[in-house]
Amino acid sequence: MTETTVARGTPAARRRGLRSRLLRTDAKVSPYLYIAPFFAVFGVFGLFPLGYTAWVSVTDRELLSPVVHYIGLQNFTELLHDSYFWNSVENTLAIGVISTVPQLLLALGLAHVLNTKLRARTFFRMSILLPQVTSLVAVALIFAQLFSHDYGLINYGLGQAHIGAVNWEAGRISSWIALSVMVTWRWTGYNTLIYLAAMQAIPDELYEASAIDGARGFRQFRHVTVPMLRPTIIFTVIISTIGSLQLFTEPYLFQPLKQGATGGSARQYQTIVMYLYEKAFGSTQFKFGYASAIAWCLVLLIVVISLVNFLLVRRIRSAES
Amino acid sequence: MSAVAFSRPRGRGRLGRRFRGAGPFTYLFLVVVAVLSAFPLYWSFVVASHDNSAVSAYPPVLTPGHELFHNIRRLFNSGEVNVNFWTALVNSALVASVVTVAVVFFSALAGFAFAKLRFRGRGVLFVAVIATLTVPVQLGIIPLYIEMVHFGWTNRLYAVIAPNLVSAYGVFLMRQYIVQAVPNELIDASRVDGCHTARVFWHVVLPAVRPVAAVLGLLTFMNTWNDFFWPLVVLSPRNPTVQVAVSTLASGYVQDYALVLTGTFISIVPLLVVFLLLGRQIIGGIMKGAVKG
Repeated sequence: MTETTVARGTPAARRRGLRSRLLRTDAKVSPYLYIAPFFAVFGVFGLFPLGYTAWVSVTDRELLSPVVHYIGLQNFTELLHDSYFWNSVENTLAIGVISTVPQLLLALGLAHVLNTKLRARTFFRMSILLPQVTSLVAVALIFAQLFSHDYGLINYGLGQAHIGAVNWEAGRISSWIALSVMVTWRWTGYNTLIYLAAMQAIPDELYEASAIDGARGFRQFRHVTVPMLRPTIIFTVIISTIGSLQLFTEPYLFQPLKQGATGGSARQYQTIVMYLYEKAFGSTQFKFGYASAIAWCLVLLIVVISLVNFLLVRRIRSAES
Repeated sequence: MSAVAFSRPRGRGRLGRRFRGAGPFTYLFLVVVAVLSAFPLYWSFVVASHDNSAVSAYPPVLTPGHELFHNIRRLFNSGEVNVNFWTALVNSALVASVVTVAVVFFSALAGFAFAKLRFRGRGVLFVAVIATLTVPVQLGIIPLYIEMVHFGWTNRLYAVIAPNLVSAYGVFLMRQYIVQAVPNELIDASRVDGCHTARVFWHVVLPAVRPVAAVLGLLTFMNTWNDFFWPLVVLSPRNPTVQVAVSTLASGYVQDYALVLTGTFISIVPLLVVFLLLGRQIIGGIMKGAVKG
C-alpha cells in the first residue's frame, strides 16, 4: 500500500501516465492518419478533376486561355448535332459488341475445358494469360503488322487459302474485325481465369445431384455451371463493356506511321475516346470545353449500357432457371 | 500427353463426376489456344531478329534470324532513331517502381486501419473507398491535364507518378486480407504491451501481408509499365515512358518494322521475365480476387 503511494510520485510512474495518454491519442488519431494518404491523393487527382470537368464542359475553354466564358449547354447541343461524334459512338459500340461477345463465350468454353483433370495445368493457364501481360501498345503494333495490307501474315494466309488479301485498315467492317481480334486476343485469358475461379467454387453436391437426375456433359454445363456463374458473368460483362467503351490504344496505333486520333482516313474506326483526344490534344484543336462534354456523354453512355447489360444478363439467366 | 493416364474410376469425392478426364481433343484444343496466345509475341521476336527486308519476303520468314543484337544496337543509338530508348526504359522502371512501392504501402496502411482499428466513420469511409472504384477516373483527364500545367508538371515524371500513388482496389484487397490473416489477439496483445499502432503495423501487419503484397505489387507494376493514354497526353517524346517511346518509334518517317518490333519486343521483355518467374502467383491473385470480388 505504501509502495503505491510512493510510486505515484516517481518519474517512472509519471512517464507511464504520459505514455498511456499518448497511446489513447494514438488509438483515436492514427486511424485517420493511415487512411489520409488515399483520400488526399484521390481527392487531388481523382475527385477534383472529375468535378472540374463538369465546370469546363459548360465553358468555351481552349487549352489555357485566360478568358473563359460560361456558355451553358452549348457544347452539349453542338455535340448532339456533331456527325463525327455519332460516328465515333457507332464505331465504339460496334467494336464493343463484336469483341466482347465472342471473347466472353470463348472464355466460358475455355474455362470449362480447363476445369478438368489436366496435365500441365499451370502451363496452360500461363499460356492463356500471356497476352494479358503484353502492353496495349505492343498488341497494337504487332497486330498492325500482322494485319498490314501488303506484307501482313494474315493476308498471306488468306492468299494461300485463295480468299484474297483484305485491306483491313481501310474498310469499315474489316477494321472493326481487326480491332476486335486484338481486344479478344488480349482479354480472353483474363476472363477465362475469372470464370475458372468461379467454377471451382461451385459445390460438388450440385453436380452430384444433377448427375443423379441424369444430366451430363453439356446439359450439366448449361443447367448447373452457367446459372451458378451468373454473378461472375454479370461482373465480366460489365467490366468488358466499360473497357470496350474506352477503347483507344489499339485504334490509335492501327496505322503506326500515321498514328493519330482520327481513326483512319474516313474515320472508319474512330472511337469516342479518340474523338475526345482529337478535340482536346489533337494538333490544332485544344477545345477543352467541348472535349469535356464528350467525356460526360461517355460517362453517361457507360452508366446506361452497364445498366442495360446488367438487366439483360440477369433476365436471361432467371428466365432459364 | 495421352488421356489414358486419367482412367481413374469414376466415383464420388472431389475428382468424381465433376472433373471429367481430359481427352486428346481437349489437349489439342488447348495446345492450339496456347499457340495462338504465344504466336504474336513470337512473331515480334522473329521480325526483331531479321533486317527490315525480311518483312517483305515471300513466303514470310517464320524462324528467328541473327540480327537481333544489331537491331538492339540501332535502337539504343540515339543518332539513328527518333527517341531516346534508354531514357524511356529508365523512366518506366522508375515510375513503375515508385508507384508499386507506394500503392502497396499505402494500401496496407489504409487496409490495416479499416480491418483492425476502431474509429468513427469507419464504415462510411470504407464505402467511400469502394465507391471511388466505380468512378471512371480517366474521364477527368482534361482537368487533370490543366492541373498538371498549373503544377508545372507536364513533361515531368511527377505527372505520371502522383495520380497513381494510391489504389482503391489495393485498399480493398488489403483490408479483406488483413481481416482474416492477422488475428485480433495479436493486435490486442501488442496493445497491452503498450505498442504504438505504427509499431503494430510495422512489426505485425507488414510481415503478415507479404503474399498479397506480392500479388498487388506485380499487378500494379504491370499496369503502370503498360499504361499509355495518360503518359501520351502529359509527356513528350523527349522524356517518355517506354510505351510512349515505342509509339514514337513506330511513327518514325522510315517504315522500319524490324526496328519498331525490336523496340516493342524490348518493352515486353521485363514483364515477360517477371511473368515467367512469378506467373503462378499472378494467376492465383487474379483467381482469388475473382472469388472474393
